[in-house]
Amino acid sequence: LWYLFSPSVDKAWKELTNILSGIFCASLNFIDSTNTVTPTASFKPLGLANGTDHRLLRYTVLPREVVCTENLTPWKKLLPCGSKAGLAVLLKAERLFHSSYHSQAVHIRPICRDASCLAVSWELRQTLTVVFDSFCSSQGKKDWSLFKMFSRTLTDACPLASESKVYVDISPKNKEKELLEVTPAPTSVHEAVVQGDKRTYAVYDLLSPSLFNTSRSLNVQLKWKRPQDSSELPTPVLHAQRYVSGYGLQTGQICTLIYNTHPYRAFPVMLLETVPWYLRLYVHTLTITTKGKENKPSYIHYEPAQDRRRPHLLEMLIQLPASSVTKITIQFERALLKWTEYTPDPNHGFYVGSSVLSALLPSVIAMKDVDVEQSPLFTSLFPSSDGSSYFVRLYTEPLLVNLPTPDFSMPYNVICLTCTVVAVCYGSFYNLLTRTFQGGGGLAKRLANIIRRFRGVPPL
Amino acid sequence: MARSAATTAPALQKRDFKQALQGLARPRGLRCVTKRLARLRAGAPARGPPGEHDGRRTQRRTGRRPHLPRPEAAARRPHMRGGHSPPPFPAAAEAGTLRRRRGKMAAAVPAVGCVRAAAALLLGCCGAALASGVQDQAEQFFRSGHTNNWAVLVCTSRFWFNYRHVANTLSVYRSVKRLGIPDSHIVLMLADDMACNPRNPKPATVFSHKNMELNVYGDDVEVDYRGYEVTVENFLRVLTGRIPPSTPRSKRLLSDDRSNILIYMTGHGGNGFLKFQDSEEITNVELADAFEQMWQKRRYNELLFIIDTCQGASMYERFYSPNIMALASSQVGEDSLSHQPDLAIGVHLMDRYTFYVLEFLEEIHPASQTNMNDLFQVCPKSLCVSTPGHRTDLFQRDPQNVLITDFFGSVRKVEITTETISLDRDLAGFESKLPKDELATEPLKYAEQFPVAQIIHQKPKQKDWHPPGGFILGLWALIIMVFFKTYGIKHMKHIF
Repeated sequence: LWYLFSPSVDKAWKELTNILSGIFCASLNFIDSTNTVTPTASFKPLGLANGTDHRLLRYTVLPREVVCTENLTPWKKLLPCGSKAGLAVLLKAERLFHSSYHSQAVHIRPICRDASCLAVSWELRQTLTVVFDSFCSSQGKKDWSLFKMFSRTLTDACPLASESKVYVDISPKNKEKELLEVTPAPTSVHEAVVQGDKRTYAVYDLLSPSLFNTSRSLNVQLKWKRPQDSSELPTPVLHAQRYVSGYGLQTGQICTLIYNTHPYRAFPVMLLETVPWYLRLYVHTLTITTKGKENKPSYIHYEPAQDRRRPHLLEMLIQLPASSVTKITIQFERALLKWTEYTPDPNHGFYVGSSVLSALLPSVIAMKDVDVEQSPLFTSLFPSSDGSSYFVRLYTEPLLVNLPTPDFSMPYNVICLTCTVVAVCYGSFYNLLTRTFQGGGGLAKRLANIIRRFRGVPPL
Repeated sequence: MARSAATTAPALQKRDFKQALQGLARPRGLRCVTKRLARLRAGAPARGPPGEHDGRRTQRRTGRRPHLPRPEAAARRPHMRGGHSPPPFPAAAEAGTLRRRRGKMAAAVPAVGCVRAAAALLLGCCGAALASGVQDQAEQFFRSGHTNNWAVLVCTSRFWFNYRHVANTLSVYRSVKRLGIPDSHIVLMLADDMACNPRNPKPATVFSHKNMELNVYGDDVEVDYRGYEVTVENFLRVLTGRIPPSTPRSKRLLSDDRSNILIYMTGHGGNGFLKFQDSEEITNVELADAFEQMWQKRRYNELLFIIDTCQGASMYERFYSPNIMALASSQVGEDSLSHQPDLAIGVHLMDRYTFYVLEFLEEIHPASQTNMNDLFQVCPKSLCVSTPGHRTDLFQRDPQNVLITDFFGSVRKVEITTETISLDRDLAGFESKLPKDELATEPLKYAEQFPVAQIIHQKPKQKDWHPPGGFILGLWALIIMVFFKTYGIKHMKHIF
């Protein structure tokens, strides 16, 4: 009668994490109540929903997990053609992990089956994001090709696919045309509004028969016509950074910096922070400053941690003024864990999961409804209600924090020392008191006689 | 029955023992011989306790494995610790076959008197005559009777400088996969991640030969237990099958009594223990007990245990369950050495023993007939510096007859068909067979991703009210008691 959440949600969560850990070869079975939170405002459902209760939501992050080939293998096996045909032929582990950034995702959500949206279908969406550092590897030139990146080319489409396309972003910057050139010629050119900006894509449709007419392999290449030495990368409208400051192993401070680089629009951002229980947050030291002045959040939700049971949960809705930097700081104290709770490598440090920023960013160009159906697949993950803004979810870096680590050899040392002292001192004393010496033992006999005289017992 | 007979009989002499030993195929322990002697004196047939092999003869002819002691019988038998002698099998049931195979003359056990001895001699002559004929049958019979193969490959070391242990395990994994065991039948446990370690100059690769010749990590590796999950508890749970119910299939060892299991362990070890992840150890006694649990639960048909650590032979000293063959890279008192460093990666890549085992296994293909004796000769002292050891006394078959592929390869049931099957491209028929979902009356909508107004005006979560407990309750009770004591009960109306 006293518990608001139904116990079956947690049981189902436990079973789900165990099954997923087996499928994806990751240690997801380490997900339990010590790192699971129930956010109240972030993470709204991505698919069709009818006012779901946020208490049924669970969110966990495992920052210590490594992503490697053993996670990519089952991810590839989920694809209908595996890595034998279609676009997945390019996904060989050696090239994919030799990159600056690698991310894999699997989303499952209910979607409208057709335009009338009266029936529900389930959609499984697999996303792989890799950032190759071709600028460094190809002597400062920004030209790239599929063969240089993946050491493979496309040979054919997956026979089970209804759509198999390659999109190459050829948006002209500053309205200059003819800056770059893609070979071979694309099957079509498509313009779409992606993340509030108009982009032009060269589309290679692997299912069209004209593509593989001349040769069996498709190697898309991009060459820049003019050297691009002084071009800057456009900064995103919203980006964030997080770090730990402080010194010593007693206290510290988590600082988050959020940048709004839009010249004239302000927008709110929702910040979700999950901090493990062994970093005891002092919420009275939470300060949010923008341009030197204090910034009060419109909504705060804080759930304090319970030792060994629940982590901290902090959710805030902060208004970011145009062209500003917001700094959020909170102080913490490090707790001493029990000696069995330390990992086998405690001197590596303990991780704090990344915080999540959710925001609706203003679009430069409004997106019309008709664009939604024709837009490429990678733009339609977050459904948007109106075209004037688009939803974005950012993750900051995870933090590595050193906890005070005991000397694990001490139990062994203590046992050795006390046993030695007991055996040598008390043991010999006990022997002198209780044993009878037959013949021999000059010094021991004399000592024993002294003790026996004190006891009033006849000497040996 | 046997015990009472032994206590009432006169003191046993040396010649009595000799008589009792005569009929045995191989040396037995003292207690077994005493019981046997008591049985002979009591006049009971010497073929073992009655009922032990009733009706089992038919089983033997169909090729099932020979009779094995029941678990409670095993519990009653004294386990001989520290020595290599195995518990006695009631091998009297197939004593005939064994002796015929080994060419011994005495087929039946003479109880007392020359009559029996004459009968034995007669049977022996018959045995010799048929020896050649049944030799092949016996060979056929003693071929391994397994129907599936499993592998449990464990690397127990953490940290970058123990790269070679991960490379050891992955090279055995690679050989075992190449020879046919599928990923679903392999439990791979790697205590640390070397391939995607930030210190690895070539990510997603683990090399076994210097100059980066062979990448044993491959492109389709599936690690079942990784990182902090590789603990002694999890390892023993996998072996014995006592795992929590929510464990996924890929993390379970679902072997049965027809499975041949290969267990490979590598890491840092000492005399009688193996270190797991720098924080705990598994001892040889625990390992032997785990194998005995597996035996009693019928979780394996035959087991091959390979260990590549320092003083590895100490780990198989304590085994006492049948059908186990063990190999180790070094004897007690010796260290296993690593093979060669790679200057680009900066660590030693493999251990010597596993390096030469890998080279040996690269020559094996799924149909090869190489046997275990070749595996025993793999790394002589000149190459390995340490002396590899092996233990075969618990194993029923002769290592000469055991194929490498009995453990490293896999039995596959393949049915070849010549008819072509066409996959239907047209899915329209399939879609019409889908159950009709109930349609909503009005169009459904996607949830709003960032409903700012809703969030700001969100009512705070109704905290469920619990009655105060503990300290607060005690404090309030004290305050109320003191108040009423001081002011009397008649003031209650002023409060409520």
